[in-house]
Amino acid sequence: MSQPDDSAILSRPRYGTLSPIEASFHLFCADDEGGQAIVELAQDVPANFFDSAEIIYVNSQPALNSKTLAALEQLNCPRMYTGPTIHAALPRLSTSISRMRMNSQIYISGSESMLGLATMTAMQANIDHQALQTEHRGSLARRVQCVHCKGITEQVTTQPASCEHCGLLLLVRDHYSRRAAAFQGVNINAEDPSEIPAKEEVFT
Amino acid sequence: MSSPATIDVIVTHVVNVNSLIKRFHFARLDGQPLPAFSGGAHIIVEMQDGENRRRTPYSLMSSPLDTDDYQISVRRDDQGRGGSLYMHQQVKTGMQMRIGYPTNLFSLDKRAPKHLMFAGGIGITPFLAQIKQLIATNGNFELHYSVRNQELGAYINELAQTIGNRLHTYYDDKEQRIAFDTLLSTQPAGTHVYVCGPTPMIEHVLKRTAALGWPKVHVHYEHFAKALPGEPFTVQLQASNKTVEVGENESMLEAMEAAGVDAPYLCRGGACGQCETNVIEHNGTLLHEDHWLDENERVSGKKIMPCVSRFCGTQLVLDR
Repeated sequence: MSQPDDSAILSRPRYGTLSPIEASFHLFCADDEGGQAIVELAQDVPANFFDSAEIIYVNSQPALNSKTLAALEQLNCPRMYTGPTIHAALPRLSTSISRMRMNSQIYISGSESMLGLATMTAMQANIDHQALQTEHRGSLARRVQCVHCKGITEQVTTQPASCEHCGLLLLVRDHYSRRAAAFQGVNINAEDPSEIPAKEEVFT
Repeated sequence: MSSPATIDVIVTHVVNVNSLIKRFHFARLDGQPLPAFSGGAHIIVEMQDGENRRRTPYSLMSSPLDTDDYQISVRRDDQGRGGSLYMHQQVKTGMQMRIGYPTNLFSLDKRAPKHLMFAGGIGITPFLAQIKQLIATNGNFELHYSVRNQELGAYINELAQTIGNRLHTYYDDKEQRIAFDTLLSTQPAGTHVYVCGPTPMIEHVLKRTAALGWPKVHVHYEHFAKALPGEPFTVQLQASNKTVEVGENESMLEAMEAAGVDAPYLCRGGACGQCETNVIEHNGTLLHEDHWLDENERVSGKKIMPCVSRFCGTQLVLDR
């Protein structure tokens, strides 16, 4: 099936490229390929930049990320955390933000899920989402909220996708909720449930 | 219509606050409640000063919870175009006036766990309304208020009584200065900072927050430019097919209005962007006084904000 034209959807987050901004403290949060964005930023920063920085790195595929991890460790950040999943890292991010003073910058890089969940965590700590720098690297897999049952399905790569909670077949939209860190999924065959469009891998 | 609607009001009290500042109270002429507003909002006050009709923005300082009584404070400016002098000398209790609906270009971010406020002189007025709102909603705030001396420190006693140790006062004549860098380096995550006062104070806070690493979206400022007096000039309004003379003591926007042109505006202080007008051609210098256009737009010579900016030259044609 063809992709709906969601290009005009304003809520769909747009990401940029990380760039160092003068600040008293720098907080980085990345997953997998996102670590490379930090490594690249580090090539053009003032001396001692990472002396007042913290890196939270989600390394879900250690076999693939060994080079990135080594490069991140070489930055000699006074605080560096490495963990296996985004969800394991979020409480750490939340604590680090709540300890931070406002003369600080937050940089998020990585998969669609990392960007969304870290942004949500920062917002819960009362940081405006526009205050964050973001850069997409790696997976486009989406967190999808079913607008019917409100359940959230992680790692959605297909269009349409099945809701893991209520089982409805969902059209995954670009319509996005920052509060839930999820794209919205709307039942695709409400009129005729016997009509079952084929799933295509589109968010990879 | 392009311009905001107006409300007929009556001046219920005029109060001398100190040797430079008077406070004016307004109620609706028809006895109905005034529109609700939020702390930081301003109103445009219309002044029929002889031939000149001025419209000047003033921050509402009264409680946003009180829709029976709007209050503004006006500092007398002997070098200005005469708006504040008109308010001080002509406006008396019982007089009928016209004001615009409240507009807020300096609102609190209500998500903030803490509000850090910097006020300089008459810049205290929007904070007075915001503080009343924050007290009512149990908000967390801290006010740093810098004044020339005790006599000119408007509302310090009232503030000391209502907010106690959340008020920090600094007197110029005692060489007391706000420790901006220390304050800006010690604020908990989520804090929003607000500044209203003289231009150098606003610019200093914008410069220091940027240099220290504050996110721009957590920094708020109220900066009304003043329409300054200047050399008279002529402006051609192509869409209206009119040629308008702008006098020494009137703004370009006021001159357009006097000629019957319904030009858009909101703040009349070069801050909101509503009155942005395309320049079709000119042969002189555009005298930009606003805080809206960026450097590229100024250099292009294709845009002007007629609420505060003027022109020096013989021909200026606007798309209005």
